[in-house]
Amino acid sequence: MRRFVLISVPYLWLLLLFLIPFIIVLKISLSDTALSIPPYAPALDWAEGIGAFLGQLDFENFVWLTEDDLYWKAYLSSLWIALVSTAFTLLFGYPIAYGMARAPEEWRPTLMMLVILPFWTSFLIRVYAWMGILSNEGFLNQLLLWLGIVDTPLTILNTNTAVYIGIVYTYLPFMILPIYAALDRLDGSLIEAAEDLGCSRLLAFWLVTIPLSRNGIVAGCFLVFIPALGEFVIPSLLGGSGTLMIGKVLWEEFFSNRDWPVASAVAVVLLLILVIPIVLFQRNQQKQAEAEQ
Amino acid sequence: MRLSWFNVVSLTLGFAFLYIPMVILVIFSFNESKLVTVWAGFSTKWYGELVQNEAFLNAAWVTVKVAVFSSTLATVLGTMAAYVLIRGGRFLGRTLFSGMIYAPLVMPEVITGLSLLLLFIGLGLDRGVLTVVLAHTTFSMCYVSVVVSSRLATFDRSLEEAALDLGCSPMEAFRLVTLPIIAPAVISGWLLAFTLSLDDLVIASFTTGPSATTLPIKIFSAVRLGVSPEINALSTIMIAIVTVGVITASLISKRSLVRQKKDEQQAIRTQ
Repeated sequence: MRRFVLISVPYLWLLLLFLIPFIIVLKISLSDTALSIPPYAPALDWAEGIGAFLGQLDFENFVWLTEDDLYWKAYLSSLWIALVSTAFTLLFGYPIAYGMARAPEEWRPTLMMLVILPFWTSFLIRVYAWMGILSNEGFLNQLLLWLGIVDTPLTILNTNTAVYIGIVYTYLPFMILPIYAALDRLDGSLIEAAEDLGCSRLLAFWLVTIPLSRNGIVAGCFLVFIPALGEFVIPSLLGGSGTLMIGKVLWEEFFSNRDWPVASAVAVVLLLILVIPIVLFQRNQQKQAEAEQ
Repeated sequence: MRLSWFNVVSLTLGFAFLYIPMVILVIFSFNESKLVTVWAGFSTKWYGELVQNEAFLNAAWVTVKVAVFSSTLATVLGTMAAYVLIRGGRFLGRTLFSGMIYAPLVMPEVITGLSLLLLFIGLGLDRGVLTVVLAHTTFSMCYVSVVVSSRLATFDRSLEEAALDLGCSPMEAFRLVTLPIIAPAVISGWLLAFTLSLDDLVIASFTTGPSATTLPIKIFSAVRLGVSPEINALSTIMIAIVTVGVITASLISKRSLVRQKKDEQQAIRTQ
C-alpha cells in the first residue's frame, strides 16, 4: 500500500503535468484555427462522440508548415546555428577542460567552482551582459577603435554572430564539465607510454587523449546542441530581425499571432527533430555507465 | 605536474571570457551616467532607484515565493521519484516513468511552456502564482530526482537492510538511515530547483497571468528596449547573492568532508 502511494504520487504528477499536456499539443496541432475562445476548433465535446471529434482533425497545419518557407527556413537555420555554436563551444571548451585537468591538484576545486559559478548566475543576466559589450557604442567596439583595428564600429549586436557568441558563452560550462570529467579520469601513464614509444606530444594528444575523452566530448556536444536548438532568449535579445530560430518563431506564433494550432504544430515538428539527438545522447550516456561498471 | 604555457594561456583566456562580461556589468552598475557604456563617475544612485521601483520589488517577491514553493514541492516529489526509480523494483509502466523523468531535462523550454499553458487553459485554471508553481515543480522535480538518484544508486544498501533487521519499520529506516545519507544530494537538489525557478523566463512567461509577473519576465521586457543601468544594478545584486551562496556552500561541504575524513581516521585508530 505504502509502495503504491510512493509510486503513484510522482507518477500521476508527471502524467498530468507532462504527458497529458503533450497530448493536448498534439491534438491542437491537428485542429483548425478559429475565432473563438480558446482560438481553435473542434473543441472536444463528449456528447458528439469521439468519432466525430477525430473526424474533424487533419494535418492542415503541418502542410502549412511545409508550404510557408518561413518555417522550414527557421528549422534549418536553428539547426545550423546550433551546430556551428556547438563546434565553437567545443573548440573553446576543450582547451579549458584540458588545462583544468592538467592543473595542480590543489587548484582544481577552485577552477571547478569558477566554471560552475556562472551556471548558477541568471541566464538572462549573462545574455544581457553581452548586449552592452556588442552594441555599436559597446565595449568591444570601443576597444577595437582604440586599438586602431577598425575605423568604424562593427555591427555585431542583432546579427547571427552575436547569437553564436551568446550561445558559446552561456553553454560553455556544459561543454567543459563532461570533458574535464573524462580527462580527469584519464591515466597519464598512457600518454607517457605513447611518448616513450616515439609519438610527438601533439601526436600523442591526437592518438591517445582525444579518443579517450571521446565520451566527454560527445556528452558535452549534446548538452550544448539540444538546448541551443530550441533557444529563445539568446536570439531574441542578441539576434536581429534576420535571425531565424524556431524557438523564437514558436513564441511569436503564439503570443503575437495568437495562432495556437500552428504554434502547436511547430512544437511537434521541433520535438520530432530533437528525438534523434536525444536518443543518441541517451545511448552515449548508457554506454558510458556500462563502461564504468 | 607543471602547467605548460599553452595550458596557462587557455585557462587565462577561458576564465577571462567567462568573467569579463560580468565584471563589466558590475562596474557599470556604479556608473553616474544613464548611458551604460560611457563612464561618468562613481555613483550608487541606480541602486537607490531600484529600491524605490515598486514593480521590480513586487516581481522579486513573486519570484521568491514561486521559487520557495516550487523547489520544496519539487524536492519532495523528486526524492520520491528517485526512490521509486532506484528502489522501486518492477512495476507497471516503469519505462514510461523513467522516460518522463528524463525527458523534461532535454525538452526545449518553449515546448514545455506551451504544453503546460494549453493544459491550464483546458482545465480552466486561472493563470497566476499557482500555475507557475505547478509548472516549475514539474520540470525541477526531474532535476532533483536525477541528483538524488545518483546518490541513492551509490550508497550501501546493506545499511538500510540492517536497520530493517534491527526492527525499524520501512518508514523509520528511511527517516533514520536513508535520509541522513542522501541529505547532501537532497539539499543540492533543492538548491538546484530553487535556482532553476528563479532563473526561468520562458516557462513562466507562458504559464503566468497578469497578476503574477516574475522578475525574469520584468527584466526581459525592460532589457528588450536596450541596456539600462538599473538592470545592471539589479544584476549586480543577483550576482552577489549567487557568489556568496556558492562560496558558502562549497566551504561548508569542504569542512564537512574534512570532518568526515577525521572521523574515519579516528574510527580506524580506535579499532
